[in-house]
Amino acid sequence: MKATCWHGKHDMRVDSVPDPVILNQRDAIVRITSTAICGSDLHLYNGFIPTMKKGDIMGHEFMGEVVDVGREVKNLKVGDRVVVPFPIACGKCGACEAQAYSLCENSNPNAWMAEKLLGHSPAGIFGYSHMLGGFAGGQAEYARVPFADVGPLKVPGGMNDEQALFLSDVFPTGYMAAEMCDITPGDTIAVWGCGPVGQFAIASARLLGAERIIAIDRVPERLALAANKAGATDTINYEDQDVLDTLNELTGGVGPDACIDAVGTEAHAPGIMYAYDRFKQALMLESDRPLALRQAILACRNGGTVSVIGVYGGFIDKFPIGSFMNRSLTMKTGQCHVQRYMKPLLARIENGEIDPGFVVTHRMRLDDAPDGYAMFAKKQDDCVKVVLTP
Amino acid sequence: MQETDYRSRWPQEDAAPEVMRRTRPAAHGSHRESRPLGEASAERLAHALAWFSVSLGLAEMLAPRLISRLVGGDGKYTNLIRLYGLRELASGLMIFGQGTRPAAAVWARVAGDAVDIATLAAAGASPRMNKGGVAVAAAGVLGVTALDLYCARGLTRDRRGEEGIRMTRSVVVNRPPHELYAFWREFENFPRFMYHVNSVRNTGPGVSHWVVDGPAGTTVEWDARITADTPNELIAWQSLEGADVENRGSVRFEPRPGNRGTIVRVDVVYRPPGGRAGRLAAMLFNESPEQQIYDDLHRFKQIVETGEIVRSDGSPYGIGDVKQHPGQPAGGQPR
Repeated sequence: MKATCWHGKHDMRVDSVPDPVILNQRDAIVRITSTAICGSDLHLYNGFIPTMKKGDIMGHEFMGEVVDVGREVKNLKVGDRVVVPFPIACGKCGACEAQAYSLCENSNPNAWMAEKLLGHSPAGIFGYSHMLGGFAGGQAEYARVPFADVGPLKVPGGMNDEQALFLSDVFPTGYMAAEMCDITPGDTIAVWGCGPVGQFAIASARLLGAERIIAIDRVPERLALAANKAGATDTINYEDQDVLDTLNELTGGVGPDACIDAVGTEAHAPGIMYAYDRFKQALMLESDRPLALRQAILACRNGGTVSVIGVYGGFIDKFPIGSFMNRSLTMKTGQCHVQRYMKPLLARIENGEIDPGFVVTHRMRLDDAPDGYAMFAKKQDDCVKVVLTP
Repeated sequence: MQETDYRSRWPQEDAAPEVMRRTRPAAHGSHRESRPLGEASAERLAHALAWFSVSLGLAEMLAPRLISRLVGGDGKYTNLIRLYGLRELASGLMIFGQGTRPAAAVWARVAGDAVDIATLAAAGASPRMNKGGVAVAAAGVLGVTALDLYCARGLTRDRRGEEGIRMTRSVVVNRPPHELYAFWREFENFPRFMYHVNSVRNTGPGVSHWVVDGPAGTTVEWDARITADTPNELIAWQSLEGADVENRGSVRFEPRPGNRGTIVRVDVVYRPPGGRAGRLAAMLFNESPEQQIYDDLHRFKQIVETGEIVRSDGSPYGIGDVKQHPGQPAGGQPR
C-alpha cells in the first residue's frame, strides 16, 4: 500500500509499504477513505518530537471502511464505516474505566521511553513517535487499529467524510479544551491559536454557553474564519495589537475568565521573547517555546482557569509561577480523551449544531501529502486544514 | 505448604529456609552474635568511626609529642605522627563526604589500621620504646580494626554481598486480588508474560521445573519449591539444591483502597551464574534484570486486563522490544 512516511526533518515521502495484518484478536483493519494532517504532525515534521524513526507512517486522524476484524471484535463487522480516535485505549485499565482514555495504561508498548522523559507514560498514539508506541499511522491506504472494540465509532449513512473525520481528533480536542474551562453563562474565554483545534475550541466554547470568545492569532484569514464560522466575538492579531492590553481593555481590566492555549510548543510572538526562546531551543536548553502559555497565564483573571490543549514535548523556561500561584489560577491539560466525546459530539453534528467541515481549506491526494505538509507548515495559501484521500 | 502471617514481616523472611535467612539482618533474632550489621546501624557506626578519626587525627596533628608518649615512645617522630594524623583526619572526612553508604571510605580506614599495626609492630621491636605502652596502643588499634572491618562488611554486604542480587518491582492491575492470585498460581502461565521463561512444569506437590533463557543464547534450569502460599495474598518460592541459578522470590497481591484494583509486588533474589561477572555480562547483552521484571509485570497486567500483549509496528513483540522497527507493517504473516 501507499503511505506517508517520515524520513527526517522536513522530509516526508509517500512510500510503498506492506499492507497491515491483524496481529491481535482485538484488532481491525481499516481501508482509509479520508485522513487529515494535524497541526501536531507539524511538530514531527519540524523535528521537535524525539524517538522518530525513518519509515514511520504518519497520521492519527483517519476514517474508513472495516475490511478485517479479529475474533474478539464483536461490535464491528466488515463493511462498517468508522472514524478512529487518535489515542489507542484498551478500555479495561483503571484509566480507561475512569474515561481518561489518552492515559490508557496498556496501549503503549514503549512506555519505558515515555517514562524516562515524562515520568509516567500516556497512551499509545497512531503515528506519533516510538515514545508513544511506534504505531503505524493513518496517512495511508490501510491501517491496523488495535482495541477496535473500544475506539472506532460507526458513522451514520447520511453523513459525509468531512463531517465525521474530525471526530478522530481536532473536534473533541477543541471541545475538551473548552470543557476544561468550566464555562458558566456570561463567561469570557480567550483562545490563543486559530488553527483547527483553536477553531473547534472557539466553536465549543460557544456550544457550552460562553458569552464572549476572543480569538488570538497573527494570520488574518484564520482570525476571519474564527469570527465568521467558529463563533468568536472578538479577534486580536498579536502582530498589530498588544495582547495583554487588548484583553484588559475588552474585559474592563479583569482579564478573561478562562484562557485556552491552543498553540503549544512552537509558538511565535513578536519581539525579544521569541528570539530568546528560539535561541534556547536551538541550543537544546529548552525543548518547547511557551510564549502563548506565559501570556495566557498573565492574561487570565484572578482565580481563573488556564486550559492547555496545545501539545508540549518536554521542558520550558520562565514559567510565570508567581503570577500563577498568587492569583489562584487553575491549570488543566491533557491529550484529548477522544473516546469519551465521540458519541455526544456525533449527536451534535447530527442535530445540526455544528458542521465540522468548516475548517477544511485543502483537499489533496495522498500522493501529494509532502506538498500538503510543506504548505501547512508555512501557512501558505491560507491553509488551515488539509484532508487527504488515498 | 505453610500458612504465613505476611503482615508483620517482609514475606521472604518467613518464606526463605534457614540458609538464606541467615544472611539477612533479622528484625529480632536469637542468633544475635553472628548477625551481620543492618544498613542503618552500619551507617551509624561509620559516622561514629568518622568522629573518632577526626578527633584522633586532630590530636595527632596538634599534640604529636603527647601521642608519642602515650604509645610508649619518647616524644620523637612527631612529623610521622603528624602525617598519620592527617591520614586519620582525611579518612574521617571521607566517610562524611560519601553520604549514606560510605563503604569505600570505611575500607580505607581498614587499610589505615593495617599501616598503624605495622608501625606499632616495628616500634615494639625497638629498644627505645616502652613495651607496655606499645602493647596497650596495639590492643586499642586492634579493637578499632575489628570495628572497622565489621562496619565495612556491613556496608558492603547488600550491594555485592553473599546474598545475591535483589529486585523489587510492582504494578497496579485493575482486577481483584483473587483473580490475579489464581492466574499467577498456575505457573504454566508464566511463559505467556515472562519472555525469558521457556517453560515451567509442575513436577510434584509444590515443586516445579523451570527452563529459562540465560545471556547469549544459553539456557539455565532449576527445580523450585513453593515455600509459602496464602490464597489471594502471597506466593513465595525457592530454588532447590543443584539449581543453575540459585534464586527465591515472592509475589504479593495487595488490594488498593477504594476498590481500585490490586498492587502486585514482586521480590526476587538470585545469584547469577558467574557472580558479578555474570551480571556484568548480562548487562552487556542489554538484559538488565530490573528491566526484565518491569517488562514481565507489565505484560502480566496487559494479559490479565486486556487479554493480549499489545503490539505495535515499532514493537511487534510488545513490551521489551528494545530494538525498534520502523512504524510500518512488516508484511506477511503476524510476527
